[in-house]
Amino acid sequence: MTDLLVELSDLRKGFGEGEARTEVLKGITLSLPEQEFAALLGPSGSGKSTLLSIMGTLMKADSGRHIMRGQDLMAAGDAELTDFRNRRIGFVFQFHHLFPDLTALENVIFPAAVRAGRETPAQKARGRLLLERVGLGHRMNFRATALSGGQKQRVAIARALMNQPALVLADEPTGNLDRENADQVMALLTEINREEATAFLISTHDAGIAAACRRRITLKDGRVVEGV
Amino acid sequence: MLYAAKLAWRYLASSRGQTALLIAGVALGVFFFVFISALIGGLGQYLVQRTVGEISHVTLTPPPAEATLLPGLQSTALMVAQAETGQRDLLAGAEALIPVLDATPGVKGVSPQITGNGILMRGQARAAVSVTGIEPQRVSDIANFGARLQEGNAILGSNRVLIGQALADDLKVGVGQILRLQSDRGQERALQITGIFALGVESIDRRSIFISQATARTLFAIPQGISRIEVSLEDLSQADAMAERLSALTGYKAESWTSGNAQLLDGLKAQERSGDMIKGFSLVTIVIGVASAMLVNTYRRSSEIGIMRATGARRGFVLTVFVLQGALVGICGGALGAGLGFALLSHIPPPEIGVTPVLPVDYRQGAYGMALLLTTIGAVLASLLPARTASRIDPVKVIGQ
Repeated sequence: MTDLLVELSDLRKGFGEGEARTEVLKGITLSLPEQEFAALLGPSGSGKSTLLSIMGTLMKADSGRHIMRGQDLMAAGDAELTDFRNRRIGFVFQFHHLFPDLTALENVIFPAAVRAGRETPAQKARGRLLLERVGLGHRMNFRATALSGGQKQRVAIARALMNQPALVLADEPTGNLDRENADQVMALLTEINREEATAFLISTHDAGIAAACRRRITLKDGRVVEGV
Repeated sequence: MLYAAKLAWRYLASSRGQTALLIAGVALGVFFFVFISALIGGLGQYLVQRTVGEISHVTLTPPPAEATLLPGLQSTALMVAQAETGQRDLLAGAEALIPVLDATPGVKGVSPQITGNGILMRGQARAAVSVTGIEPQRVSDIANFGARLQEGNAILGSNRVLIGQALADDLKVGVGQILRLQSDRGQERALQITGIFALGVESIDRRSIFISQATARTLFAIPQGISRIEVSLEDLSQADAMAERLSALTGYKAESWTSGNAQLLDGLKAQERSGDMIKGFSLVTIVIGVASAMLVNTYRRSSEIGIMRATGARRGFVLTVFVLQGALVGICGGALGAGLGFALLSHIPPPEIGVTPVLPVDYRQGAYGMALLLTTIGAVLASLLPARTASRIDPVKVIGQ
């Protein structure tokens, strides 16, 4: 039996107060095993981004259970969640969100350096390895602003993997890329999932990407309607 | 902290124009602070030197005479001997104390003096004067007559006199001419003018004359003893403490120059307070400038802050990055402003006794270290609110932008 990486139980989340309140998640119950490679689908407003934010510990649900690797994340404070996120979770966003004033290598090692309080040779060695893995070994000393869109996204993927997270949450990772780059990015994610045993949950509108994932979880109106 | 410092430096370096402008603004504020410090300090020094530079800083005089209770009389009434008022009060044993005073640390000059009053006459012209008999070898120990001579010399031989320019003008006399002096003891003496001085102090230039101690003893019938001892100091500001010390050492009454110049001191204090207020305003300007620049910086980098938080940077780390930016701006701007201030102001000669300055600025009182310290602290404080704002940015809200 595959170990469970993430367990969500009756997760609820709303925004606003009184008459202006909107319930975005209306009782999400979901589990992700280790090394999952799943697509998160659903129309706009279905709660995908909110769910990813909660699973990424960027926000807390109003109620329900959220367990990851045996840790109750609903009970944790901000500092504990931040540290947990640093060690266990990686993010890949649609708009890469690199630090423009840092080089590719400095961007990649950021999660490790911020945890250690300084940059170390070991971090730089791993960073170089990751950049070579994503095909950017020759661009590691270039500022982020000097890279193309596809290259920036690959640097973002390398950054997400720096601390060897158990789970990478990708929100439309190919949404800003052309077809060729999008395919390259997906191939990379699939390879990493297979070789590093990193779980991926990819939010997407792209049917091609959904098809490439082993599991498809569909949200509609704040509820899981497929792929529980 | 090291990594936060790297990021802070990188952020500042990436916006060169903005950072340069911000540092220049801080430097200007610090330069102004330094300039005001040097100006207020120099002005105060100049005013004191002008007022007190050529007079006694501590004057030793006999303690006040007191009535004494007569003991041992068989009577129910108390018998008191009144204080003597007929004879001059003299400093007892003063001659022996002069070498001790000369050797006291902080004492620049010592002048034992015979004093009295008299009428100076030239033909029909008369002038009431204060007469001071001084030792010829100590003629410039208090007032620097040697440097303030308008005519003649400051050699006080027998029956020679030094008079002020204003008095010479009143009596229409010059060097070499003879004046008659009648003392308040009824003694008369013909005195030849050896030198005419201008100290710039009206009360001395118009109403005081200086003769040798030997001549004064004859004129005032004081064969031995000293009327007073005037002491000049290396540091005028130590006069009160030195007066206490000399009084305890000698048993004489010791009066500091400050006791007769309360208005000057009040004026100087008011001037100092005004200077402090101006410096305070310049610091406030620096703080506001840094705070607004840091706040703009925070908004500009809000999505980066979101990513920092998303990738595991704690709030404290984000706060540190932005506070360190402020600190770096404060240190760089402060050092530049203080350095510029020193470089420019050190070319202006500080106020000296007897020299009217173009600008009474004393670069040695620029408070450079204090300016740098206060600026750095101010810049750090100015960064706290923007840094706190930055650390509290919700990553979910900014990452989607």
